[in-house]
Amino acid sequence: MFDCGMHMGYTDSRRYPDFSLISNTGDFDNALTCVVVTHFHLDHIGALPYFTEVCGYKGPIYMTYPTKALAPLMLEDYRKNMDRRGEDEQFTSDHITECMKKVIPVDLKQTVQVDKDLQIRAYYAGHVIGAAMFYAKVGDAAMVYTGDYNMTPDRHLGAAQIDRLQLDLVITESTYATTIRDSRYGREREFLKAVHTCIAAGGKVLIPTFALGRAQELCILLEDYWERMNLKVPIYFSAGLTIQANMYYKMLINWTSQKIKETYATRNAFDFKNVRNFDRSLINAPGPCVLFATPGMIVGGFSLEVFMQWAPSEMNLVTLPGYCVAGTIGHKLMSGKPTKIDLDKDTQIDVRCQIHQLSFSPHTDAKGIMDLVKFLSPKHAILVHGEKPKMATLKERIQSELGIPCYCPANNETVTVPSTHYVKADASETFIRSCLNPNFKFSTYSSVDKSYLDSKYSKAASGLQVSDERVAEGILVVEKGKKAKVIHQDELLLMLGDKKHEVQFAYCFPMHTERLQKTRTEELPSADTLLCDLDKCTLINQLSMKLSNELSDANILDLGEQLQVESFRVSICSKNSCPHRLSHSVHNDSESVFLCCHWSLRDEKLAWKIISIMKSSSPHTT
Amino acid sequence: MKFTCLSKGGGFHFSPCHMLNVSGFRILLDCPLDLSSLALFSPVPVAHQAHESLDTDSVIRKKQKIEKTLDANDLVHAEPWYKTVKNLHLWDASFIDVVLISSPMGMLGLPFLTRTRDFSAKIYVTEASARIGQLLMEDLVSMHMELRQFYGPEDSCFPQWMRWEELEVLPSELRKIALGKDCEELGAWMPLYSAVDVKDCMRKVQTLKYAEEACYNGTLIVKAFSSGLEIGTCNWTINGPKKNIAYISSSIFVSMHAMDFDFLGLRGNDLIIYSDFSSLDKNMENDDTYFDPVTSSSGRDDVSNLEEMAASLLKDDESAEEIEKLVFICACALDSVRVGGSVLVPIDRLGVVLCLLEQMSLLLESSSLKVPIYIISSVAEELLAFTNIIPEWVCKQRQEKLFSGEPLFAHVKLIKERKIHVFPAVHSPELLTNWQEPCVVFCPNWSLRLGPVVHLLRHWCSDPNSLLVLESGVDADIALLPFKPMAMKVLQCSFLSGLSLQKVQPLLKILQPKLVLFPKDLSCKIQISEANMIFLFSENETLRIPSSKESTDIDIATDLASKFRWKTFKQETITRLEGELFMDHGKHRLLSGFQPANSKQQRPLVHWGSPDVKVLLTELSKMGISGTIKQVTDDAKSEDDAKSENAAAIIDIHDPEKALIDVRETGTVIIAANENLASHIVKAVDIVLDGI
Repeated sequence: MFDCGMHMGYTDSRRYPDFSLISNTGDFDNALTCVVVTHFHLDHIGALPYFTEVCGYKGPIYMTYPTKALAPLMLEDYRKNMDRRGEDEQFTSDHITECMKKVIPVDLKQTVQVDKDLQIRAYYAGHVIGAAMFYAKVGDAAMVYTGDYNMTPDRHLGAAQIDRLQLDLVITESTYATTIRDSRYGREREFLKAVHTCIAAGGKVLIPTFALGRAQELCILLEDYWERMNLKVPIYFSAGLTIQANMYYKMLINWTSQKIKETYATRNAFDFKNVRNFDRSLINAPGPCVLFATPGMIVGGFSLEVFMQWAPSEMNLVTLPGYCVAGTIGHKLMSGKPTKIDLDKDTQIDVRCQIHQLSFSPHTDAKGIMDLVKFLSPKHAILVHGEKPKMATLKERIQSELGIPCYCPANNETVTVPSTHYVKADASETFIRSCLNPNFKFSTYSSVDKSYLDSKYSKAASGLQVSDERVAEGILVVEKGKKAKVIHQDELLLMLGDKKHEVQFAYCFPMHTERLQKTRTEELPSADTLLCDLDKCTLINQLSMKLSNELSDANILDLGEQLQVESFRVSICSKNSCPHRLSHSVHNDSESVFLCCHWSLRDEKLAWKIISIMKSSSPHTT
Repeated sequence: MKFTCLSKGGGFHFSPCHMLNVSGFRILLDCPLDLSSLALFSPVPVAHQAHESLDTDSVIRKKQKIEKTLDANDLVHAEPWYKTVKNLHLWDASFIDVVLISSPMGMLGLPFLTRTRDFSAKIYVTEASARIGQLLMEDLVSMHMELRQFYGPEDSCFPQWMRWEELEVLPSELRKIALGKDCEELGAWMPLYSAVDVKDCMRKVQTLKYAEEACYNGTLIVKAFSSGLEIGTCNWTINGPKKNIAYISSSIFVSMHAMDFDFLGLRGNDLIIYSDFSSLDKNMENDDTYFDPVTSSSGRDDVSNLEEMAASLLKDDESAEEIEKLVFICACALDSVRVGGSVLVPIDRLGVVLCLLEQMSLLLESSSLKVPIYIISSVAEELLAFTNIIPEWVCKQRQEKLFSGEPLFAHVKLIKERKIHVFPAVHSPELLTNWQEPCVVFCPNWSLRLGPVVHLLRHWCSDPNSLLVLESGVDADIALLPFKPMAMKVLQCSFLSGLSLQKVQPLLKILQPKLVLFPKDLSCKIQISEANMIFLFSENETLRIPSSKESTDIDIATDLASKFRWKTFKQETITRLEGELFMDHGKHRLLSGFQPANSKQQRPLVHWGSPDVKVLLTELSKMGISGTIKQVTDDAKSEDDAKSENAAAIIDIHDPEKALIDVRETGTVIIAANENLASHIVKAVDIVLDGI
C-alpha cells in the first residue's frame, strides 16, 4: 500500500481511506506485504496511526529517515488542533508513538528486500524534506509510485532524481496537471514584495502553514531577505511548530539541496537568526510582525484563531498556498474575494485583509510530469492526486504525445495493468561467447528493394541499416522435464546426435569477353585452352570493381583467383566439364570463360543479385 | 574466477588488500596505507639532536651497536615516506576495472593509485567512508606538511635513507619495518601524495549508500552492506552473471556507534571471501581459545533455527565488554587528572573517540572536576559536525535519538556548553588563550610520529602523573623510542575490531555459501565442518576457483517467445531465436527488437539427416517440377571428391527449366540458372530434410 493519508476537507469518517477495500475481514496483515509512505504531509500519512492502532495493521511500514523523524510532529500538531473540535474516530498521542515504532526507516537508493519477492527502493523527490518516489519490483514486474515531487529545485531542496528504469507502470501525482510555470525567482519576489509592503505599513502578516516543509522554505527565503534589507521586524513561529523542527532539519541537512548541504560545517542554514517563538498574548500586540501558524489552509486550530483576529483589518496580509483542499477556509478565501466567511451557524468573520496567494509550489508542473513520464517511459501510466478535468487533459497528452496508455481512476476504482514476464532459460557458453563478438551487417536502404518500403521504417529509407545476426544463431531447445536451453546453432547437431547436411547452391555460367580473348592471344599465342593466372586475376579484378560499384555496401574480397562476398564465391572455371554447368553446348566456345559460383542458403538473395550484375556486365566488359 | 591476497594487512588501521578477477573484470578490494611503519622515522622534535647520519664515524658506531638496545638515534631522520600495500605495485594499475573500498582506512592509499597514468577504474565507496576517508587523508597531508617544513624540500627523488649502505646499518627491528620480513618491501615506500592528489582522487570516487545497487558495465552489480566496524564501513556483494560473491571485511555484530553488521544482506551468495584477520592479532596474545564447532552447531538448519542463530549472533556480549573498556579508560584518566596530570589520547578510531568523549565528559561531570577536554586536529571540527548529520549510518540507539529530536552524539551539546574545545592545531591562538592543565586531549596520530601528539608527548613524557592511552597493536617500544625516558604512565587498550572466531561457524551456517575462501593463517584456529567447501588462501598466492555454473541464465520476454516458430523432433522442441540480446544489471535478456519484416529468416539455415531422393522427386513434382534420377558412378565424373560418395545421386530437372540437384551423404548442391526455380527446389529439400 502506497501512502495512508487523510482528506483535509472532511471531519467525519470520510477523511480516512476506505480500508475495507483492502480486506473485508480486517485481516490487513495478510492482505498487505507492507505499507510505504512517501512523505510526511497529512494527505499521505494522516490515516497511518488510525490504520495501525485502530484498524490493527501490524506489518512493516517503510518511510525515509526524515519522514519517520518528522511525521510524528506533523501528526501531533494536527491532532492537537483537531482535538479542540472534539471529534470522534481520532487517534491519540500514544497511538502516534506506537505507530511510529513500527516504521522501518530507509535511505535513498537503498534496495530493501521486503520479503522473498518484493523489493523497494526510494528516490529523491524534492517536494518536502525526506519526500521520496518509490520503486517496487516483484519478480520481473516493476513500477514507480512518485508520491508528490518537484522537478525544479527550490530554496532548500533539490529536484527529483530517479534512475532510468524498466517499468510496467508509473503512478504519478498530477496536482498541476495543466499548469506550466515560469521562473521561480519572479514569483518569490512577488511574495517578498507583498510581505514587505504590508510590514512597512505596520501591518501583520499571517502565514498559515503545516508544521514542516513550506514553513522552512519560506523562512529561509525571509531570513535571506531580512538580512539583505536589514529588517528588524520579528518573525514568529507559533508554539509547537518548528523551532524544534529546525533541530531535525539540522541533522537531516544531507536531504536538502547541494547548496545548503555544504554549509553544515560552518553555519547550518537552519540556524535562523530572526526567528522567535510566538505567544498568544502577542496576537494583538502593536506593531508589524510576520507569523507562521499551524495548521495550513486555515483548517482550524491556531491559524484560524489568529485569522479571526487579524482578518478584519485592511493593513494585514494573509498568504495562502497555491492549493487548498475544498472545504477549508483557505479554499473559500481563494475562490473569489469574499468579504464575509461563515465559520459555523453562529460565527461570521469579516474579511478585509489583503490576501496573497503563493504562486510557487513544491509540486511539479505539467511539463515536469510529462518530462518524468517521458524519461521513465513506462509501459503504462496512472494519474492520481489531482483534479478530474485537468487529469483528463494530461491523460490525453500522455497517450498522444508519448504513446503510453494512461489511466486516471476515480476513488475505489480498480485498474488492471499487465506486467512483464520472462521465460527463463540456460544459455550455453558458446552462444554467449558468440554474442559477445559483434557481427554487424550494414546495408543501405535502396529504392529498388520494395520490401523495405513496405516496412514501417520506410520513411528513413535513405539511412543505413544495421543488422546483427548474433541472436539468430541461437537455438532454443525445450525438452520435457528439463529447463529450456539456448545453444548456438553449431552445437545443435552435437546435441541431437545427427550429422549436418549442407545445402548449397552452385551455378557455372559462361561469360562472353572479347577483350580478354584478345589479350590472351596476344600474350600467349601458342596457348590453346587455359587462361594464365594473370588473366584470371585481371578478370576477377574487373569483376570486383564492377561489383563494388553496384553493391556499395557489400564487403567484396578479392582473393586473386576468386571473389568472395559473404558466402558467395566466384572463380573462373577451367574445367572442361564442370558439374555445376547446366548447358554443355558452349563449353568449346573459345571466346567465353566460365564463371563458377557457389553459395550457401544464407546469401541466396545476394547471390542472385551478384549473378545478374555479372551477367549484365559481361557484354560491356572493356 | 581468480583471487589473490596481496596483503593480509595488520590491525584496524591497515586493512587487508586483495585482487579479484571475476567475469573478466579485475577488482581491487581496498587500498590502505601501512602507517605503523612510520615508526621507522623520527618525529621532528628529536631530529636536531642527532643530525650526523652521514658521518662515517656514526655509521661505524651504529654498526657496532646493532645488538644493543635501540635508542632514538637509530631512527631515520628524514622526511617520512609511506608504505603502501607491498604487492600492489607489482600489478599494472591501468588493468584494474573496479576498486571497492570497505572502510575509510582502506582508502588512504588510493591517491597513489588514482594519480598513476592510465588509471581508469571505477571506485566505489560508501558515502560516509568517502567523507571520513577524505578528511583523514587531508589531515595526513597537513600533518606531513608540518614535518616537511622542518626538513625542507627533498632535493632528490631517492632519499638518503633508502640507500643500501644506510639500510644495512639499521637495527634489525627497524630494518624489518623498512624491508619487510623477506627484504622485498622496499618498493612499497612512496613519498606522500599532495592535497591536489587527494582532491583528484575524491573526484574519481563514486559514493554509494548502504544496499544501493551499482551496476558496473551492465554486468556486475556491487552492493555495500554495513559491517559495523566503523561509521561507513561495509562488506560487499558482487553479483555477476555466473558468480555471486560476498566479501566480508572486519565486522562487528553490535556496534556502539556505527550501523550494525548487516549479515542478512549477504545471504544468497555462492562464494564468501572471508577477510577478517582481526582475530589473528588478538590471538597472538591469548591463544587458548580453540573453538570446537560441534557444541554450537548441534541443531538442524531449519528456518526457525536460522532465525535463532541470527539472534544469538547479535547477542550483545562483546559490546558490553567494549563499554567496560571505555569506562576503565575513563577511570584511569580521572585518576591522573585528580593528581594533576593530563591525559593524552592519540586514538584515531572515530567511533571509539566519539564514545570516549561521551563517557569521559559524563565521568568528569559527575566527579565535579573542572577539567577541559581538547580535541586538536585540522579536520576535527568538520569531522564532528559531519558525525551529527548522518543518522542513516549510525547504530539503532543513535537513530532513535534522531527520531526524538536529540543530537546523534553528545559532543554537539558538549561543544556548545564549552566542555569540549576543538582546535585545528597546537599553535592556534584560541588554544593558547584557552589552554589549561590538567586536561584531556584527543589528537592524531596514533603512530606517535605525526601531528599534535608529538608536541604534547614531548611536553608530558616526563610527568609521572600524566597518562598516555594507546591502542594495543602499536609496538609501544619503538613508538615511544623518541620520547624516552618516559615517566608518563602508558595504558594500552585493545578495542574490538572484527569478528571473533567463535562466530565464524554460525555465521557461515546462516549465509549458506557453496564455497568459502578462508585465510590459511586462521584455518588452524578454527574447524569448519564442511571442509570440502573451503579454499585456503595466503598472501601473494593466486587461487583459481572453478565456475559453479556451466551455463548462463537468460530471460526471454514472453511477448517475444510467443512469436517463435517451434519445430518438434523426437524429444525436443526447438526454435531459432529472434530479437535482441541485452545485458542489463548482470542479466542476459532477450527482448523483441527492431527487425524489418523481410529480414526474418523464413527458411532453415542448418540441415541434418539424409534426404530420400525419391521423396524429394515427389515433392518437386507437387510443385510442378519434374526430373529424373541419375545414379552416379565413380568414373562417370572425375570430380575430386566424388569418389568418396556412396549414396550419391543427381536429379536432373528438365521442366520447367534445366537444373541439377546433386544429392550426397553430407550435402546437397542445387545447380540452377533461375532464382525462382532454385528457391522452389530449396523448399522441396527443406521438406525432405530436418532443419532449422
